[in-house]
Amino acid sequence: MTEDMFQILAEDGRAAPDREPKLSASDLQKLYALMATTRAADLKALKLQRQGRMGTFAPSLGHEACQVGSAFALRPQDWVFPYFRDLGTYITLGFPLKNYYLYWMGNEEGMHIPAGLNIFTISVPVGSQLPHAVGCAMAMKYRKEQAAAIAYFGEGATSEGDFNEALNFAGVFKTPNVFVCFNNQYAISTPVRQQTAAKTIAEKAAAFGFTGIRADGNDVLAMYALTLEALEKARSGGGPTLIEAFTYRMGDHTTSDDASRYRAEQEVKDWSQRDPIERFRVYLREKGLWDEAFEAKIQKEAEDLINRAVAEAENTPPPRPEDVFIHTYKEMTPELNRQLTELGDFLKREPR
Amino acid sequence: MMLNMVQSLNQAMHQEMERDPRVLILGEDIGVDGGVFRLTEGLLEKFGRERVIDTPLAESAIVGTSIGLAVAGLRPIAEIQFMGFIYLAMNQIIAHAARLRNRSRGRFSVPIVIRTPYGAGVKALEHHSESTEALFCQIPGLKVVAPSTPYDAKGLLIAAIRDDDPVIFLEPTKIYRAGRQEVPEDPYEVPLGKAKIVREGEGISVVAWGAMIPVVEQAAETVAKDGIFPEVIDLRTLSPLDRDTVLESVKRNGRLLIVHEAPQTCGLGAEIAAFVAERAMFQLEAPIGRVTGQDITIPLAKGEDTYYPSPERVVRGIKTILE
Repeated sequence: MTEDMFQILAEDGRAAPDREPKLSASDLQKLYALMATTRAADLKALKLQRQGRMGTFAPSLGHEACQVGSAFALRPQDWVFPYFRDLGTYITLGFPLKNYYLYWMGNEEGMHIPAGLNIFTISVPVGSQLPHAVGCAMAMKYRKEQAAAIAYFGEGATSEGDFNEALNFAGVFKTPNVFVCFNNQYAISTPVRQQTAAKTIAEKAAAFGFTGIRADGNDVLAMYALTLEALEKARSGGGPTLIEAFTYRMGDHTTSDDASRYRAEQEVKDWSQRDPIERFRVYLREKGLWDEAFEAKIQKEAEDLINRAVAEAENTPPPRPEDVFIHTYKEMTPELNRQLTELGDFLKREPR
Repeated sequence: MMLNMVQSLNQAMHQEMERDPRVLILGEDIGVDGGVFRLTEGLLEKFGRERVIDTPLAESAIVGTSIGLAVAGLRPIAEIQFMGFIYLAMNQIIAHAARLRNRSRGRFSVPIVIRTPYGAGVKALEHHSESTEALFCQIPGLKVVAPSTPYDAKGLLIAAIRDDDPVIFLEPTKIYRAGRQEVPEDPYEVPLGKAKIVREGEGISVVAWGAMIPVVEQAAETVAKDGIFPEVIDLRTLSPLDRDTVLESVKRNGRLLIVHEAPQTCGLGAEIAAFVAERAMFQLEAPIGRVTGQDITIPLAKGEDTYYPSPERVVRGIKTILE
């Protein structure tokens, strides 16, 4: 751990006394439950994928603290622009787990985000959601709303043009944005030292004229506290902030990847000593907020939630052929109508 | 009022921004400078910097932030200074603007207009003469518009701004100031997806759009002296294509010539020829013809004339089909 990294919980679970955020006992327990649920839901997805019941997806293992901690600071009026490895964010914000599973099972209906949840759809082209977050923040500023737009992405995204263009716009227009980079050390196989010659991701903010700060991404309290501060600054006209969450991708890039091809076993072992959930558990236990009974209770709740979501997702009928046609334009064009009729006639004659 | 296309487009933007506070415009040099072609003149003075936004030089972010603005409920007009620079924004256009409605199963839509000058014939620098409309017509979820007159330009732009889907609005640079036309002061819409027969005729249909319309009209004047009266169809909207108007005309006239300045291979003419062959084959009395740019990089100023379809080439195209 480097000295320039903001941390509240040391690796042994002890808190820096002057830095602890003002969170109630039940909020602290909730944070823990969200992290535990994220991990359980993630591992369930992996199991389903290995059984052929889930498509290729990007596991969030190891990102529980940075995702849950950051998302916990959001308010309902804020907007969230996630990337494709963001299960902790979704779970924290109350996005239906059924939808998450449904999407990775290959049904667009999963990204039909329920009304009232200000979460954007997943952007697969790396970093391309960042300009959307800036545009959204420009709209908030135009309408003088007390809200902010937060974007999540990996360190690989910082090499993309869209990262640089978006953060440059954010700096110039002083938009109410928070950019949270999950620096998990690898973009598929490319290590961060091959991604950038900069010492940190956080220092890139200087080029855009605003503050960047590196946080211990495995410290849920640090992520919460920094995001909260950045959001408040954004909402009150102070402009954007870049937060680098220094963490580690404990799993493969996706279920189609084999990380053992490009990273050493010892490195993975070292990082597993810094598990974000275990660290927080020690902290809660010391505070008298965690015991075996509490663990059993939240694991049971997580299991129920997950089993229900899996059942709902698996029982959702597949999309109809016409669904994409219907959602291509507000109104179907004459040619789409013709092609859909042609497809319908074919399927009637030769059912699949 | 007699207006050229620059003036009618400028009027359309003034009126739509007055009508709807959700409409705003962003792009390079569109504010203080009024746009490199003066399309946005007077907007900054009237609507202020909050709605007329001079951006940093970054096409992907101009389109990308427009998407974010649109998702948040506004209706941005994004200006790309020349079509040759729109490629920097291709990922945002294709991967996001065109797909968000479907990706979100209708929760999000992207009501943006991306305006850009396009086309050759003005002896410009490299990258300033592009006519790659077919790239966009291939993309489901996008609408593509290319007006040929001041009247249509105003009505189509107003319709595009009010449309709930992303529209690529291609402005033919060559005829920005080519002529004036009576343009009603009051706002009006020219519906998207509707072609127009701009010259009735018989024996052959000629389909074109944008700056090719005056070229075709000039050719039609020439062949009229030989007793040939082509029917000229201005597509106006390139996607969705008004296939019905084209088919109806071709069935009546039995012959078809397609004229476009883009390279021939996989140009929009190829799609037009294909659907006419599929659906009106037996009404055709001669093979379908095309007069287009060649499959080469658009030459710089000194070589432009041999590339750009001329009235003479269109006359030859018409006569070849009729012979």
